[in-house]
Amino acid sequence: MTKMRYSRRAVLKGGAAAAAASAFPAPMVWAQEIKDITLRQFGTGVSNLNDVATKVKEDLGFNLAMTALDSDSVTQRAATQPDSFDIADIEYWICKKVWPTGNLQAMDVSRIANFDKISPIFTTGKLTPDSTIAQGTAPSTVGFIPEPGATEFADEVTNWMTLIPTIYNADTLGIRPDLIGRPIDSWAELLNPEFKGKASILDISSIGIMDMAMVCEAMGEITYGDKGNMTPEEIDKTFAIFTEAKKAGQFRAFWKSFDESVNLMASGEVVIQSMWSPAITAVKSRGIDCVYQPLKEGYRSWGGGLGLSKSLTGMELDAAYEYINWYLSGWVGGYLMRQGYYSAVPQTSKDFMSENEWGYWYEGKAATGDIVSPTGDKLAAAGDVRDGGSYEDRMGAVACWNSVMDENQYMVRKWNEFIAS
Amino acid sequence: MFKSRDLIAYAQAAPLGLVLLCFLVAPIIMIVIVSFWGATEFSIYPAFQFDNYAFLFGSPVTYKVFLATFKYAFITWAFTLGIGFTVAYFLAFYVRTQAMQTVLFLLCTIPFLTSNIIRMISWIPFLGRNGIANQTLMSWGVIDAPLEWLLYSDFSVILAFVHLYTLFMVVPIFNTMMRIDTSLIEAAYDNGATALQTLWHVIVPLTKPGIMIGTIFVVTLVMGDFITVRFMSGSQKANVGRLISNDISLLQYPSAAATAVVLLCTVLLVIAVLLRFVNIRKEL
Repeated sequence: MTKMRYSRRAVLKGGAAAAAASAFPAPMVWAQEIKDITLRQFGTGVSNLNDVATKVKEDLGFNLAMTALDSDSVTQRAATQPDSFDIADIEYWICKKVWPTGNLQAMDVSRIANFDKISPIFTTGKLTPDSTIAQGTAPSTVGFIPEPGATEFADEVTNWMTLIPTIYNADTLGIRPDLIGRPIDSWAELLNPEFKGKASILDISSIGIMDMAMVCEAMGEITYGDKGNMTPEEIDKTFAIFTEAKKAGQFRAFWKSFDESVNLMASGEVVIQSMWSPAITAVKSRGIDCVYQPLKEGYRSWGGGLGLSKSLTGMELDAAYEYINWYLSGWVGGYLMRQGYYSAVPQTSKDFMSENEWGYWYEGKAATGDIVSPTGDKLAAAGDVRDGGSYEDRMGAVACWNSVMDENQYMVRKWNEFIAS
Repeated sequence: MFKSRDLIAYAQAAPLGLVLLCFLVAPIIMIVIVSFWGATEFSIYPAFQFDNYAFLFGSPVTYKVFLATFKYAFITWAFTLGIGFTVAYFLAFYVRTQAMQTVLFLLCTIPFLTSNIIRMISWIPFLGRNGIANQTLMSWGVIDAPLEWLLYSDFSVILAFVHLYTLFMVVPIFNTMMRIDTSLIEAAYDNGATALQTLWHVIVPLTKPGIMIGTIFVVTLVMGDFITVRFMSGSQKANVGRLISNDISLLQYPSAAATAVVLLCTVLLVIAVLLRFVNIRKEL
């Protein structure tokens, strides 16, 4: 038995070395030791998918241990415990906070095979050459550093990338068209007295404030310098408008967790509210009409990416690059796109999606058959069109990115006041 | 010098003393220490500063929220006492056999075999705009439009509190009532007291220790709660517990600790005042 295994290993080793010499340069050489490597990844729940870890083991041979935390704990851990993780799956605004601590190391772009195919949103910041970069913490503004070890971000594309984008989307208001009965086309509708007692926003200050800003700007009440980085006066004015609305009974409730938002909408307690894309899907899957309404002022967008801990070296670092290249090679992208998110390298995902799926999720075409999620739930039927349309339509209309303000602590205190008022 | 009897007594009390020291006293001391620390956006650092308290006492939100917390505690207390006393009175004096008393008492506890979050959340579909309560009332013709204030309001918060905590009132009151010597009640009747007079002059005074224990349970539970207020008010109302939980979720541990210390002092003060009225040691 022992002898058998020895000989089989020897054969494998020889074969691997031969294969390595021809097709794949570095990675396969350490095919033997790779099984012992475990990369520790932590991040928010959205992209910490067990299916990904399983597939990594299958395709690459090493282990990926995932930990899901809420975004505040993620920030804290990335900022204070660099040795507790190998790969940080964080949002771009978290990167802005954490990068200056020096706990992450930049990635060598020349080792990323699909770098050229990464969506320009994450490199130049412009989806098309004539787009303008949206307000807030746009990924392109914190995506690169001038040289390894730098704690300042670079203004242009360099050879050193901070995060490899993984998953992103454009958020807007969700509505119940059956209960509203007329077209909705502006963020300002959230505070329309017509929906008194039937509106909701989310009780997560950093995101809620952005939705508020979109509303106040749409109403024409406030013009912001940068919605992602408000001045104290802008914060005060925004809360004054919303406190008044709250006291007048505009809001039915505020929600903090995903399922709360689904229940509010599905039960008809609320007909218009800030919402996340999978929540819309969850409401629809109960057979209730619910639309992720595109609005003329544009979307509030968010995005996350993988960052490498500064303590990653040697073989683990090679494995991490291997993992990132695999991540961008298409399988994960297809998986995420079929959930309604976007992949950083849309083209590679195409090979892992059917023509119908690609047309529905990416191109904004009417589905030609049932659209099924990766977990097997039916999300749309033939003839349905994705709310908001194609990738270019949705990601091209981003007004603001999730961000962290300089006046964050002040804003949080005002938020507490707002809830208590 | 200890006498050997003292020594044995101390030894007997030691295990409990040790447990309390490790799991109650030490954490509280830690919280008090941290309440003087400072915090940045993602870390806390040791210091001795009064910033957290200064902000707490300087903010009108704090007073508003403490007031709301007292309001919830008081109203919940009044209802749980009314219901709890009535239920206990029925069990103790109207149910004749002890077997039946036990059965009915256990019946009271059955809902408490499930998690109290589940019991709380199940009110939400019941009270909602299109919930059972509104649909029933509308089909009876009592109302024309759904009552909005049934859910996500002070009403629903207090309803959930009363539902969750009445048993904490029933148990101690029932327990004290069972110890009342029935000959005292007979004596009252024999001397011509009406039922109401007997209740007020005999039963209530003798039940006071039980009422007080129940009161302490309910008041401390309500004042320390945050999840009921969050769910039942749809995050629209705040009590002190929610202030603390908001701070914690934003990693502002020192500020959360300071709020917790103030809350702890307030609750202890309330209990101290309550204990001035009744000597509950008589009961124990």
